[in-house]
Amino acid sequence: MSDGRLERTLRMGRPGGGDGVDLATVAAEHGELDAAVSRMDTRIGGLLVAVTEAGLAGIEFLTLQDEDDGMADLAVRLGPRLLHDPRRTDAVRRQLDEYLHGDRQRFEITVDLRGLTPFQRSVLDRTASIPYGATNTYAEVAAHIDRPGATRAVGNALGVNPVPIVIPCHRVLRTGGNLGGYAGGVKVKAALLALEGVITA
Amino acid sequence: MTLPPFQQLVDEHGQRLTRFLISSVGPHAASDLEQETWLAALRAYPGLRRADNLGGWLITIAHHKVVDRWRMNGREVVTDAPPDRAEPGPEPPDDALWRAVDGLPDGQRSAVLLRFVADLTYRDVGEVLDCSEAAARQRVQAALKTLRQEVGR
Repeated sequence: MSDGRLERTLRMGRPGGGDGVDLATVAAEHGELDAAVSRMDTRIGGLLVAVTEAGLAGIEFLTLQDEDDGMADLAVRLGPRLLHDPRRTDAVRRQLDEYLHGDRQRFEITVDLRGLTPFQRSVLDRTASIPYGATNTYAEVAAHIDRPGATRAVGNALGVNPVPIVIPCHRVLRTGGNLGGYAGGVKVKAALLALEGVITA
Repeated sequence: MTLPPFQQLVDEHGQRLTRFLISSVGPHAASDLEQETWLAALRAYPGLRRADNLGGWLITIAHHKVVDRWRMNGREVVTDAPPDRAEPGPEPPDDALWRAVDGLPDGQRSAVLLRFVADLTYRDVGEVLDCSEAAARQRVQAALKTLRQEVGR
């Protein structure tokens, strides 16, 4: 065996495949998983879905950022121990898929709103109760949570919504009908409102 | 400091970890050690202060588990039992090579596995084995010499 062949053979490693480790499951069983993450490609663009032990903790749009940026965002918010795991995100992905195909109007998903302030939570709770196909203005949401005048703060709270679509911040518009901003870009917001029949596509 | 998502570590270094463990302890024991290595890495990950050599860090964890396993098992031959052959023919050269690697003294055996299978630099091999870069090179050269004698013509 020549020296070159010897080194090449060593580099390839000993033959024989391992069984492969289901790392996300092992990590979750030992409490060492911060979140299971999956990518979805949908008609409104790519999404990252992140599920913790407590529930759905993140939906990242991949319309204005790439997957690495989305993962980095989730790592900062939920912890760095993120692993791809289609099984743990399956229920959420299925419901999102049904919604985006017009086959679902309500989500049956537990959300994990860790790290949010009480004010942000109250804005998101209120927003979660706006029905499919209906809209509120930022000022109306502010009035509903007994903080009239906090219109701008409501907008900021919706801007940090960790689980857009499922908490439907796209149903909150500016007074006068202007769509306002959106984490995935205003085109995505328009697409969701069109899907729900609020505006024409 | 922000650590990259753990998935990135798996994507970038998972294959060489598997290769390193199979080459070190054989396919059967490698599955257990792989799980133990990942779990130890997951536990330690949030407390890491540096992220500039995560591959080296992961392989270091694996190396310690490998050495523990070698000590536990003594000088057990880790190549899985050779298949029964109707007519005993010559051993495939790769099997002979790995048998020879298994027979090296621990320090040389580790040096060869870390350098070639785990693809570490000599400097990193030295760090893992707690010796100088030059000593790491010497160990690898000595190991290659033995391996050539055992399997080469």
